Amino acid sequence: MKFDTPAATNPIDQLKVVGKATDRIDGPLKTTGTAPYAYERHDVVANQAYGFILGSAIAKGRISRMDVAAAKAAPGVIAVVTAENAGALGKGKWNTAALLGGPEIQHYHQAVALVVAETFEQARDAASLIKVDYQAEAGAYDLAAARSGATVAKGEPDSTVGDFNGAYAAAPVQLDATYTTPDQGHAMMEPHATIAAWNGDKLTLWTANQMINWGVKDVSQTLNMPEENIRLISPYIGGGFGGKLFVRSDALMAALGAKAAGRPVKVALTRPLMFNNTTHRPATIQRIRIGTTREGRITAIGHESWSGDLPGGKPETAVQQTRLLYAGANRLTAMRLAVLDLPEGNAMRAPGEAPGLMALEIAMDEMAEKLGMDPIQFRILNDTQEDPEKPGRPYSQRQLAECLRQGAERFGWAKRSPKPASVREGRWLVGVGVAAGFRNNLVTKSAARVRLDGQGMVTVETDMTDIGTGTYTIIAQTAAETMGVPLDRVAVRLGDSSFPVSCGSGGQWGANNSTAGVYAACMKLRQAVARKLGFNAAEPQFADGHVSSGGHTVPLAQAAKDGELVVEDLIEYGDLDKKYQQSTFAGHFVEVAVDGATGEIRLRRMLAVCAAGRILNPKSARSQVIGAMTMGAGAALMEELAVDKRRGFFVNHDLAGYEVPVHADIPHQEVVFLDEVDPISSPMKAKGVGELGICGVGAAVANAVYNATGVRVRDYPITLDKILDHLPEMT
Amino acid sequence: MKPFTYERATSPADAAAKAASIPGARFIAGGTNLLDLMKLQIETPAHLIDLNGLGLDKIEDTPDGGLRIGALVRNTDLAADMRVRRHYGVLSRALVAGASGQLRNVATTAGNLLQRTRCPYFYDPNQPCNKRQPGSGCSAIGGVSRQLGIVGTSEACIATHPSDMAVAMRVLDATVETVRPGGAFRAIPIADLHRLPGDTPHVETTLEQGELITAVTLPKPVGGVQLYHKVRDRASYAFALVSVAAIMQPGDTNGIAWGRVALGGVAPKPWRVEAAEAHMKQGAKAVTAGLLADARPTADNRFKIKLAERTLAAVLTEARG
Repeated sequence: MKFDTPAATNPIDQLKVVGKATDRIDGPLKTTGTAPYAYERHDVVANQAYGFILGSAIAKGRISRMDVAAAKAAPGVIAVVTAENAGALGKGKWNTAALLGGPEIQHYHQAVALVVAETFEQARDAASLIKVDYQAEAGAYDLAAARSGATVAKGEPDSTVGDFNGAYAAAPVQLDATYTTPDQGHAMMEPHATIAAWNGDKLTLWTANQMINWGVKDVSQTLNMPEENIRLISPYIGGGFGGKLFVRSDALMAALGAKAAGRPVKVALTRPLMFNNTTHRPATIQRIRIGTTREGRITAIGHESWSGDLPGGKPETAVQQTRLLYAGANRLTAMRLAVLDLPEGNAMRAPGEAPGLMALEIAMDEMAEKLGMDPIQFRILNDTQEDPEKPGRPYSQRQLAECLRQGAERFGWAKRSPKPASVREGRWLVGVGVAAGFRNNLVTKSAARVRLDGQGMVTVETDMTDIGTGTYTIIAQTAAETMGVPLDRVAVRLGDSSFPVSCGSGGQWGANNSTAGVYAACMKLRQAVARKLGFNAAEPQFADGHVSSGGHTVPLAQAAKDGELVVEDLIEYGDLDKKYQQSTFAGHFVEVAVDGATGEIRLRRMLAVCAAGRILNPKSARSQVIGAMTMGAGAALMEELAVDKRRGFFVNHDLAGYEVPVHADIPHQEVVFLDEVDPISSPMKAKGVGELGICGVGAAVANAVYNATGVRVRDYPITLDKILDHLPEMT
Repeated sequence: MKPFTYERATSPADAAAKAASIPGARFIAGGTNLLDLMKLQIETPAHLIDLNGLGLDKIEDTPDGGLRIGALVRNTDLAADMRVRRHYGVLSRALVAGASGQLRNVATTAGNLLQRTRCPYFYDPNQPCNKRQPGSGCSAIGGVSRQLGIVGTSEACIATHPSDMAVAMRVLDATVETVRPGGAFRAIPIADLHRLPGDTPHVETTLEQGELITAVTLPKPVGGVQLYHKVRDRASYAFALVSVAAIMQPGDTNGIAWGRVALGGVAPKPWRVEAAEAHMKQGAKAVTAGLLADARPTADNRFKIKLAERTLAAVLTEARG
C-alpha cells in the first residue's frame, strides 16, 4: 500500500479496538516468566555450550601476544576463539569498531576472546586464564580537551538561515551559554544475549535485537556469508533503548564459538561488559545563543554541539530540534565531531533531541528570565506552525502551545513563584519547572503477512520487534480492528527474519509504521476474503467476526474453509514527510524539593501533556511515556558514565555505580494525551510516543531546581555537589 | 568463578579452626558481597565454610542491660527488633538506610561489618588496585574518586568502607566478639576492628586468619536522640556520599548536653573522633573541623567536607527538636 495522500476515513477510525486502553496480550507470558528470552531458550536446540567473552584490558593499542594454552587446557573447555583463529571478518554497516578486537584494540572491553565450555562457570574461569600482553598507546578520552580539534562530520553540514551573527549582535536581549551532558548508558535489564547454532552453512541466532533486518545484513557482512543463510529470531527483548539496534559481540562471538565448537553456543554479555563493550549515548558540549526583541520575539537562534566518537563514527545530533522548534528569522546550527577512543557512541532513546533539549530548554528558561517573561508565555510567543528553516512547509499537526497551556492548568503553574529560592517547606526548598518536549515522527516502510484460518483466527507475522513497548498488543488491535474480529481472535508473531521486513523498533517509529504495515496487509486480506466469498461490492463490512455485503452476512472463517488465506503487503510512503514536518510535542512539568542542608534533589511530581497523533493503546503509551520521563529524570539527576581520562574507560560499569532512578525517586507521574489524529502520518493517523517522553524532561527538572534554589546548573547530571556551595547558610 | 569446595561448620570453634588450617578458606554467611566478588574473580576462595545453622542468629539481652547480636542475625531482623528500635534507634535507622529490602533479608551482621569496599577500581580486575593485588598501585588516585574517601586514606588506597550499620555500631560503642582458631574468645572494640590502609590496604581488619566473629554486643542504652542521616544521589539503594550517625542528648547550652557522632562514606572505616565531640555545643562546624582535621580529599570529593558539616548541622537541628 502506497501512502502518498492524507488518510481519509478508514476502518481504523471505527476505534472499536484501536485507541482503547488494552492490557498487553503478552502480559501473562511475562508475568509468569514464560516469555522466551534469548538466553533462556534451552528448548530450541540441543547440546548448547556456554561462551564467555574476554574484554580488552586497555582502551587503545595492540595485542602483542596472546597465550590461550592454559584456557584451552582448563576443565570443560571446548574451544577458544580469538582474532587469530576466527578467520577473515568483515564489519557491519552499523558497527563503528570491530566486534572482535585484535591485534588492534579500539576501545576498552572490546572483545578479544571467547571461551566455550560445558558450563558457564568453566568458561568464565578459563577466560581469566588467557594471558594477553598489550602494547598500550596514548588515546584521546576527554571531550573538552579534544574539542578544539573537532571537525565537521560527513553528511552533517552546518545549517544557516538569514544572518545569525548580525541578528544576534543586534538583538537587545541576548543569551550565550554553554551546557554539557555526560556519556550515558542504556542500562536495560536484559543483557545482550545470543544462542547460535549452525546447520551446515546455515546459521540461526536466537538473540535480543531491535532491528532484525539490519541484523541479518550486518551478520552477513561480518561473517562474509549470504543473507539467506542467516536467520535471526528475537520475539522477546528485555529492553533496548537503542542499545540493541545493532548486532553486537554476543551474536558474533556466539556464531564464531558455535562454529569452533561444532555445537550450539550461548553468550550473554556480563553487566560490566554492557557499558564498555557496546554503545552509549555520547557526551556533548553545547553552546546556545539566543537573541530576542525586548518583547521576547526570537530574532536569532544558534546551537552548536561538540561530541566525540571513534574514528569513522558519528556526532550526537544534539542541534536537531533547534532547527525546528521555535520561530526566528536568523538561525545557525552546527555540529563538530572529535575523535575519542572511548567505546562507540551511538543511538540511545531519542538520540539528538534528548541531550539537545536538555540544553535548549534550559536556555529558553534563562532567556525568559532575562526578559522578565513567564517561560510558558515566552515559548508560546515563539511558537511556529511551519518549519522555520523552510517557510511555507507546514507542520502536519503542532499542538505544542496547547500542551503547555493544558499542562499549566493541570499542574497549577499559576501558583508558581517566579522568584527563585522563595518557597520553603521546612528543610525543603521547593520549585517547579517547565520545558517543551519535541521529537520527530519518522515514516519508513514496513511489511507484514496476515493469515486467516478456517477457525476465523487471524495471524500476523512480521519481523517487527517488541522491546517491552507493547508492540504485540497494538499490532493485534490493528488487525482486530481491520478484520472486524475480537482481540482474542488475533495471534501476533514477531521478531523472526523469516517474516516480512518491518520498520523495526527505534526512533519511536515502530508503533506507527509497523501497525500501518499490518493495516496494509489486512486491507489486502479483506480483498482476498471478499473475492473468496464472491462479494463484488467494493466495500464489504467486516464486523463481529462476520463479513457483510449486499444484505449477505457470513462468518469471516468461511473465507478460509478451503484452506488458509495468506497475504502479504507493506506500507510505503510518498513525499508527505517532505511536504509536511511531522513531529510530536509535549509540555513537561516538574516539581522538585531540594534539601536545604545537603542539596539532595528529590522529585515530587511530574506531568507530561503529549500531542502525538492517535494514541493506539493509551495504556501502553502511558507506560512508554512514564518510563521515558523516569529516564529523563535519571539523566537530569544521576546518570553519568564516569570517564577515567587517563585509562580511557567508563569506570562505573555496573548498576551499583551507574545509578538510574529507583521507585523512591519517582513518587508521582501523570500523563495526558491530547485528542489528536494526524492523517498526514499514516493510515493509522498515529505517531510515536516512546521517545517523546524523555525529550525535555531533564531541562524541566533543571529549571525546577533553579526555581527552588536559584542555582543554575548547566552541567548534567545535577548532583548535590554542584549546588552545595550556593545553598543558604546554616545556623 | 574458580571451583571451590564447601562445607557446613559444626560449631563456631570448628569453623575458626578449619578456616585457619584449610588454604584459601573463607566464611560464607549471607553471601551478598562474597558471591558477587567471586563471580568477578576478585575473591577466589578454594573452600567455603558455611556459618548458617550454627545458632548465631539470635538477639539476646546481656546481664549488664545491653544486647548481644548474633553474627548471623539478618539486617532486616535486627532493624525490626523492638529492643533495637526502642533503645538503639540509630542502628535501626542505619540498617534500613542500607542496600535494598531483598539484600537486607539475607545480609548478616558480621558480614555487613566485613564487606569489602565499593571502589570501582577494586571491582575492575584490569585496573591496578593495592587492595585487590598488593603492590599493583592505586588507580583511584588521580581517577574517578567522587565516591571515595577523604580521611584516614593513604597514598596506597583511598577506598571507603561502605557500611551504614557499622557507622551506627561505632557511635554505639559496640564490641565485636570472636572465636579464634585455637578456640579462645576475645572482644574487640569496634573502633579497633577495621584498620586504616597505610601501606597494606589489603589487610582490612585486626582479625587473625580464621578468627570468626560470633556476635556484636551493644552496651546498655545511653538514651538520647538517635539519628542516622544518609546523603546520596538517589533516594534509595545507593551507597552514602556522606552519612552521619549521631546520638544527641538535648540539654541546656545551645540545645545539646552531649553528643556522639560518626561519619560514613568518608573513610576506610566508620569515622569517629571522640575528641571532636567535646565541641558539640559549638555546633557542626567545630565538630566537623575536629572530625576531618586530617582530611586529604581529591578534587572530585572535596565537597564531602562541606557536605558532612551541613549534614551534621541538619542532624543537630533535628536533635534539638
